[in-house]
Amino acid sequence: MKLRQAFTKISLKLILTVGVVTIGIISVYSFLSIQAQRNELLSQAEFYASKLSETIRNSTHLSMLENRSDQTHNIINTITQEPGLREIRIFNKEGRIMFSSQKEFIGQMVDQKAEACFACHTANEPLERLPMEDRMRIYSLPQDSSRTLGIINPIYNEPSCWEADCHVHPAEQKVLGVLDVKLSLKDVDAQIAGSEFRSIVFALIAIALLSLIIGIFVRRWIEKPVNELVNATEQVGTGNLNYVIKDLGSDELGLLGKSFNNMTQKLAEARLQLFQSDKMASMGRLAAGVAHEINNPLTAVLTYSSFLLKRVNNPELEEDLKVIVRETKRSREIVKSLLDFARQSVPKKSNANINEIISNAIAVVENQLSMKHIKLEKNLEENIPLFKIDSNQMQQVFINLLVNASDAVQERDGRISVSSKIVSLSPYGTLQIKNAVCSKRHSLMDEEIKIDGKPSIKLKLAQNGNQGFANLDPIYGKNRDKYSIEIKPQEQIQISCPRCNISVIDKDSNCPKCKGTIYSFEVPPRGIFEGCINPHCDWQRWKFVDEAGIKDYVEIKISDNGTGIAKEDLPRIFEPFYSTKGQKGTGLGLAVIWGIIDNHDGTINVDSEMGKGTTFSILLPISQQA
Amino acid sequence: MIKDEKILVIDDEQVILNAVTRIGSAEGLIVDSENNAASGLKKLSQKEYSLVLCDIMMPQMDGFTFLDELQKRKISTPVIMITGYSTVENAVKSLYKGAIDFVPKPFTFEELNSSINRGIRYYRIQKRIELARLQNDKGTISYVPGPPKYKRLGNLSWMNLEYEGIAVIGATDFFLETIEKLVSIELMEPDEEIIQGDSCANLVTDDELTHRLLSPVSGRIIEKNERILNDINLLEKDPYFEGWMYKIIPSNIEYDLNYLVPFASDRM
Repeated sequence: MKLRQAFTKISLKLILTVGVVTIGIISVYSFLSIQAQRNELLSQAEFYASKLSETIRNSTHLSMLENRSDQTHNIINTITQEPGLREIRIFNKEGRIMFSSQKEFIGQMVDQKAEACFACHTANEPLERLPMEDRMRIYSLPQDSSRTLGIINPIYNEPSCWEADCHVHPAEQKVLGVLDVKLSLKDVDAQIAGSEFRSIVFALIAIALLSLIIGIFVRRWIEKPVNELVNATEQVGTGNLNYVIKDLGSDELGLLGKSFNNMTQKLAEARLQLFQSDKMASMGRLAAGVAHEINNPLTAVLTYSSFLLKRVNNPELEEDLKVIVRETKRSREIVKSLLDFARQSVPKKSNANINEIISNAIAVVENQLSMKHIKLEKNLEENIPLFKIDSNQMQQVFINLLVNASDAVQERDGRISVSSKIVSLSPYGTLQIKNAVCSKRHSLMDEEIKIDGKPSIKLKLAQNGNQGFANLDPIYGKNRDKYSIEIKPQEQIQISCPRCNISVIDKDSNCPKCKGTIYSFEVPPRGIFEGCINPHCDWQRWKFVDEAGIKDYVEIKISDNGTGIAKEDLPRIFEPFYSTKGQKGTGLGLAVIWGIIDNHDGTINVDSEMGKGTTFSILLPISQQA
Repeated sequence: MIKDEKILVIDDEQVILNAVTRIGSAEGLIVDSENNAASGLKKLSQKEYSLVLCDIMMPQMDGFTFLDELQKRKISTPVIMITGYSTVENAVKSLYKGAIDFVPKPFTFEELNSSINRGIRYYRIQKRIELARLQNDKGTISYVPGPPKYKRLGNLSWMNLEYEGIAVIGATDFFLETIEKLVSIELMEPDEEIIQGDSCANLVTDDELTHRLLSPVSGRIIEKNERILNDINLLEKDPYFEGWMYKIIPSNIEYDLNYLVPFASDRM
């Protein structure tokens, strides 16, 4: 695997390519230059050999004529002493060796198929004249490693020969014999081998040096910046838009780095704006909820008091009524300003003790509870660390839930319990996806179809001509998904954004559990969420939160043994202006509570059974993300 | 004055129904109440009312749908919107959809009473016009419409874009016809901001009622008409020219224009 990775690297590809080209060029060059050198050395050797051959023939000429064979022998033996000379032979027309530097061969017959004879004796009738180049031959003896250059020199019949005293040769004979000189090419071969070796060494050094230089430069100018870019892309991919690539120089990659930084900066700004507007929107909803809920009771107070003020004749009462009217008008202004400035107000979080806030809330409603003879059990875990919350908002939440609970229970045997404790939870099964977008940044959240009261994630499905939607559970790992069509997990399926139809399928991988099709979308700012589309498979992966690991939460439970909430009402109770209590509704709606908890990155869940009671569970993360 | 007129109030909160009934009855009105818009519509088709008071935020059918339904059924009974979700956007939208007034909750007895008074008189003017049309009587003029290029917010206030992006605003003759004789007027000061759909002037009449005038556009006041403060009759005599109230620099005129109706469309 590592090797494969190494081979896919740019530097190695480049080194391999350049290496192969270099080898090619140097090989051709070396081949040509060695060839030229070899030819040069050989022709020198040949020239020397032919000169030597002529010298031998001429110097033996006289002794031959005089038929003084011992002198011929002496001459031949003397010349054979020359370094590099291997053998000098003279054989007559029949092929009998007449003279040789190696005495044991004298008198032996030479095979006409032998190398020296072959040039003339290829045809049935031997050639009488032989061109210079054909007289040479180069061969290796099997027992010897170095090559041998042989040159034959025919000894032609001349008038001096047939006119000599011995009368051995008739005048009509053309060739009298052959002088065969054999020279060792050991030195020449050594020179050639030396230059071949030098060429190869040179080529190897050149390739090694080139590879090294390419390697260093690729590493420095390509690999490092590319790695930095890849790293930055991964950082941005996981949502860290504050990552800045350090200066990569002014080449193309440097420019890419700069424009990448520019892009992330723009993205970060856009995301901040999106966050802000999202926050503002929820604040606006909160304010709207408050305004609507408070204005109705205020209307009753204001109309009756102002009406009474107009009709009353008792000056003392008039003064009191004036106070009521004045103060109600003041409340009206407060609510109005709340609406007006809703878009600018943000929760003010500071380090606070959650148990203290709960106790304060209980103190507010205690009177009401004791009047109804409701028993309140308090079970708060000590040593919960301080963490950042908006105390006022959180107190409103608890007061509201307690009032709701007291409305739900029977007088006399009503019981409400409040508990707080620290829990360590894996994000799996608890964390809610509050925002999901396709690759074209369209929101996938579906406010209409809710799962356990929370907006679901809507994906468009198409399979075998059937079209429909999947509404996915927004809680990571819960998988209470809703499908509008039945799908076959083994068959090809299209999954896309309901708005722009862009595919959300992860083409590169399959479900590790069931090999099904995987969808993937972004959960800004918390990275990519993946899951298996197979309704019977629960595989999901949310790398960003998995990596964060187990987190500490405070779990606050407010339970009552009251009437409970009908199953069909449960999914809608957190919606604005939705009330199951008819005109009995007081204070803030559950939608406002939901908004507050949401603003604290927490979750609120309800568990209820008709006739048995209701439990609201709030989870607030102790270490909050900035 | 408005005794024995029948009015209908629609709200999902019983306490509001009770309060309005109480006030109405004290003024001698006959008040019917419904806690949802659908049964309100049913009542309206059975009985003739002079005025309807209707909440906006209600389960099932909301106030805006109610206004649309009235238009669809060609019921011309004047409607005053009352809501706890009292944003100026809702006020402006209500008026644009045909409501004659918008009273934000919580309201005082006086505020509601003055609005109901205007509503009843609105109904009466409507009746007079209808009667005149039936009798083909072109002589009787119930009210003076504004110049064609002027634009109005409901039938309450008008505005006209003048030179260099300055808008002039005032009260319509129709609005002035729905109130008793003017006694005094309270205006805002230059440099103050006014908002479309929010109160910009209080008009006090000789029946001791104070009437809020809702501004047709948002912007900053650069001049108020001092002359009408000295001579209140100028307002009734010449509401569209000499009787102007403010000159303002509009802050968001393109948006505001979406909810204004040109007087020119009234003459078709």
